[in-house]
Amino acid sequence: MKQTAMNPSQKDWKKRVKRGLSRDKYLYAMFLPFFIYYVIFKYIPMTGLVIAFKDFKPGHGIYYGEWVGFRWFIQFFKSPYASRTIRNTVLISLYALIFGFPVPILFAICITEISHLKFRRIVQTASYLPHFISTVVLVGIIMNFFSMNNGIVNNIIEKLGGERINFLVNPRWFRTLYVGSGIWQSFGFNSIIYIAAITGIDPVLYEAAKIDGITKFKQAYLITIPMISTTIIVLFILQLGNIMSVGFEKVFLMYSPAVYETADVISTYIYRQGIESSSYSFAAAVGLFNSLINFLFVYTANRICRFTTNTSLW
Amino acid sequence: MKQKVRDTDFVYNVFTYLIAAIALVITLYPFLYIIAASFSGSQEIYRGEVYLWPVNPTLSGYRQVLSQKGLWTAYGNTLFYTIVGTAFNLAATTIASYPLSKKSFSGRRFCNFFIAFTMYFSGGLIPTYLLITHLGFYNTRWVMIIPSLLSTYNVMVCRSAFSNIPDEISESAQIDGASDWKIFSRIAVHLITPTLAVLTLYYAVGHWNDFMTPLLYISDNNLMPMQVLLRRVLIQSSSELMDIGGSTDDRAAISIQIRYVTIVVATLPILASYPLLQRYFVQGVMLGAVKG
Repeated sequence: MKQTAMNPSQKDWKKRVKRGLSRDKYLYAMFLPFFIYYVIFKYIPMTGLVIAFKDFKPGHGIYYGEWVGFRWFIQFFKSPYASRTIRNTVLISLYALIFGFPVPILFAICITEISHLKFRRIVQTASYLPHFISTVVLVGIIMNFFSMNNGIVNNIIEKLGGERINFLVNPRWFRTLYVGSGIWQSFGFNSIIYIAAITGIDPVLYEAAKIDGITKFKQAYLITIPMISTTIIVLFILQLGNIMSVGFEKVFLMYSPAVYETADVISTYIYRQGIESSSYSFAAAVGLFNSLINFLFVYTANRICRFTTNTSLW
Repeated sequence: MKQKVRDTDFVYNVFTYLIAAIALVITLYPFLYIIAASFSGSQEIYRGEVYLWPVNPTLSGYRQVLSQKGLWTAYGNTLFYTIVGTAFNLAATTIASYPLSKKSFSGRRFCNFFIAFTMYFSGGLIPTYLLITHLGFYNTRWVMIIPSLLSTYNVMVCRSAFSNIPDEISESAQIDGASDWKIFSRIAVHLITPTLAVLTLYYAVGHWNDFMTPLLYISDNNLMPMQVLLRRVLIQSSSELMDIGGSTDDRAAISIQIRYVTIVVATLPILASYPLLQRYFVQGVMLGAVKG
């Protein structure tokens, strides 16, 4: 029997907690080891961020160091690396968004229009394939396909009468390769959710439009897209929220000092400073800056999402 | 008017089939080239003679790569980390998410917030790195398993699955005298097998492709998984999977052939099992989309 008081006194509150604990003790026992896991591997690193304000020296505890306040933050923002890494991070994310976002949608619309079932299934299955190769293999393929002397891409270019291009050493090509390969790898898998949304559209709408003599082009434009607009908007806003977080692995595998100018992003800069150069405090400071900005963007994106469409991540 | 509609519809159809065909070619051609190159003679690849079909077919590349002990050590490590790691993941995810799925659990709100918060804010690379090395995980097998024990997203998916089980079932089991643990292990877990299949897949692929953890925390070659070996061979042009000897020109050509062979050897298991598992991946996407 539940006890609801208008003004719960201290005693009642403690009693309720005790009762809850004893009634659910096995459930708490089940969760406890993983609570500890989260504390150790997720929350303690958060507290470890204090070294961003200290002068950390390895070989002592993880909180060691004399207090230096905002020194590292000022150092970062005064250096040319701040503008370079932030610019590259934002540009790569934006390119991926502008060029990459529409592709799965267009592909989904095309695929659902194909009436020949066997062909459709073959194309769909093939489109998921690139999603399963690991980042290392993907970059390995890029490095070898686009290589100056032996890459198949340059071979074809030369066969067609053009001049070989040194893709991998030229900073101008990095973003194109990065974003392009990303689209290649993900358009099929990302189209799944759009295809599901499209197949969920009530066929009655199409039938009614057909009676009025609508063309298929108009049909896609006036019916299909508006009906899946919620899905599109939600996914768009969520991707926008991730604009300041470009994944470390792929850039790290693809870049080289020759292309740092366009390839070096915040996460790779943190890695080089922290892990390779052991400037732990400095890297932690940059990392903290990145985490906070990220949190801000994702949180804002989520609010906008919830505000405009009644759906969100939560 | 009707004829005009039929005409533009025809154009539209041509358009759609064209796009689909282009998608097919773009997706499949790289794989076909890689396979063709792996079976081609090293000089032929080097001279750029291979486009779609193997030229001067040979198994010498495969013979070399498959006879290297380093390859099998790496493969064995990857298999170990994937199988053991995924087993730990599944056990942890199911046990952790079960209490969270019970509406009557008094710690529900707190625990849900506790784990959800970690999805939005984290300590970042450096503090995590310092902690894990400080705890003594460097160069151990456990570092590939314990730090990545739980994925909060997967815990939420599992929690959703558990909460879809009708209360009547656990209530009647309770009346029969079953403890929470018994209800969990004997009943609940068996009722969410499709979700468990998807989670197994996600965790397994995560372990198989994990490159960052070994990069940061492992330097011993005996513990190194496939992905690190692949990076050395494919991106840093290491010649560790080649036979010794031969002129420098030969070696340059063979090195390229070896790389394509390595890609095939490393990716084949994934691509071969893919058609069987495709269904679960698609399911997994939908699971994430429809949040409970």
